[in-house]
Amino acid sequence: MTTQTQTGPDPKTALSSRGGGPRADRSFQVLTLVAGLLVLAVLALILITTTREAWPALSEMGLRFITENRWDPPSNVFGGLAFIYGTAIVSLISLIFAVPVSIGIALFLTELAPRRLRAPAVTVIDLLAAVPSVVFGLWGVLVVAPKLVPIYQWFNDVLGGIPVIGSVFGEPVGSGRSFMTAGLILAIMITPIITSIAREVFDTVPRADKDAALALGATRWEMITGAVFPHSFGGLVGAVILGLGRAMGETIAVALIIGSSTQITANIFASGNAMPAVIVDQIGESTGTFTAALIGLGVVLFVMTVLINTAAQTIVRRAEIRMKGARS
Amino acid sequence: MTTTVDPVTRPPAAGAPNLTRSALSVRRRVTNQVALGLIVLALFVAVIPLGLVVWSVLSRGGSVISWEFLTEDIPNSFRRSGGGVGPAVIGTLIITGMAALMAVPLGVLGAIYLNEYGKQRPLARLIRTMADIMTGVPSVVMGLFIYSAWVLLFDARTGFAGALALACLMLPVIIRSTEEMLRLVPDELRQASLALGARKWRTTLTVVLPAAISGITSGVLLAIARAAGETAPIVFVVGVTTAPNWNLFSGENTALPAQIFRNASQVFEPAQERAWGSALTLIVIVLVFTIIARIIANRFAIKER
Repeated sequence: MTTQTQTGPDPKTALSSRGGGPRADRSFQVLTLVAGLLVLAVLALILITTTREAWPALSEMGLRFITENRWDPPSNVFGGLAFIYGTAIVSLISLIFAVPVSIGIALFLTELAPRRLRAPAVTVIDLLAAVPSVVFGLWGVLVVAPKLVPIYQWFNDVLGGIPVIGSVFGEPVGSGRSFMTAGLILAIMITPIITSIAREVFDTVPRADKDAALALGATRWEMITGAVFPHSFGGLVGAVILGLGRAMGETIAVALIIGSSTQITANIFASGNAMPAVIVDQIGESTGTFTAALIGLGVVLFVMTVLINTAAQTIVRRAEIRMKGARS
Repeated sequence: MTTTVDPVTRPPAAGAPNLTRSALSVRRRVTNQVALGLIVLALFVAVIPLGLVVWSVLSRGGSVISWEFLTEDIPNSFRRSGGGVGPAVIGTLIITGMAALMAVPLGVLGAIYLNEYGKQRPLARLIRTMADIMTGVPSVVMGLFIYSAWVLLFDARTGFAGALALACLMLPVIIRSTEEMLRLVPDELRQASLALGARKWRTTLTVVLPAAISGITSGVLLAIARAAGETAPIVFVVGVTTAPNWNLFSGENTALPAQIFRNASQVFEPAQERAWGSALTLIVIVLVFTIIARIIANRFAIKER
């Protein structure tokens, strides 16, 4: 690259020629910028291409696409309410189980764990995140679901008679593939993400606040409720919403476990279906408007997850800024 | 604990407050113990499923796995026993490899823009936010995107379409983790290089990147491990095949996650066995990448100054 041209020992040329000249600098910057802009391009393209392909179904069904409970591909009626309901109920169940456990683990890692235990505990959580979701699905459908049926039956026997609660804990489906099983497996899968964000949030609580609480004679738990929680509430809300976004988009495990039946029922032990699961189940044998409708479900899912993730990011960021203000 | 003072070493002075643990009311003490117990319990609640999954996969997949299983063609009926998942192993490796080939350079370049050029400019902040949002886009939506932008356009399901989908999933992860690593590189290195007369692009490529290379590699390997386990886009973008297909650009392909998904919902014993065997193979692949990433990250971490 030593292009010592005929210009001779001009120091200026010698210096600039090593770097390939200002043009190289400029083009490298443009190259990196293009790579960065790719993110924006892909996001825009996702919205444009999927909406275009889904348009035949979306324009025909209009708002009924998300408000009507009738999914009948042969007669070209596509009302996906049951799938939206399934996604919502499964995500809700998974959050109910995952949030307390995740917050507990995060508290353990930041406030309780001896230094020696911290690294192995973090590794375990990382491994939990590394297991592919399809493996959880396989385990859920072949091992967990059948084993849970007797437990569901017990809940049904004990609580089934009570008027309102009874309808929630209704007759369990024989295979065990139900909203509840899908929610439980999902809970395992979203625990690592909620835990990691909750940990970051707890780490921002000022040392002085915790020491002050302990110095006033608070027990460890009183320190957590008095000093840690008030400081990290906003961040925790963000973590939970981010977990919700993950749960909604999770596809394969839910597709295997939820049981694939189009119905809206309060019974959490019954089988149902969810938006991502329907897409992956049915797109193989679909044509025409049916394909468009399935892609339409994807558009709805995309918009919902983007909204949820944006909200979560905003909340977490705002909470972080406030924390940093408190620390200084 | 709040009070670990041994009462013996502390002569009880008249009027001094009692600071021992016994001075706490029973209610406060019990609440504390119960709450702390629940926190420890939470950790076990998370560990138990992990242990159970690993045990199931090892015990049921371990008996299936053999050299024949990893290399032979997939039987064309779920009922048939024997055969293997060779084409899926090949598919997983070449599809994920192709995705990495596309996403890694672009992701690293994007991160260089964010950390070296864009910094806190509005455009850079927008890209950062959008990358975070893109990380949260469900893999099935990314699959639908490639399905409508590529598969329907060319009317062909190929391995390359799967690689595109995986690359889109990896891109934001690589951008964010690489940027994080570039930020750790001390500014003195950049200034020293610039003071020696190196241009900015040369400084970035020969000084900044090598300084952060271990962290970047570890982030990239984690992203690859995650992508190798992605199932949803593979299932409907790549197609099905029972024979090995080394060509990414023509003909349908298959991958391990897709094999697990297809076989898991079958009632036939041979199919389920293949699912467990594929699951073990996939976990081993993912784990190898994760462990290498950890070793690289720990061994060659940037010494913070």
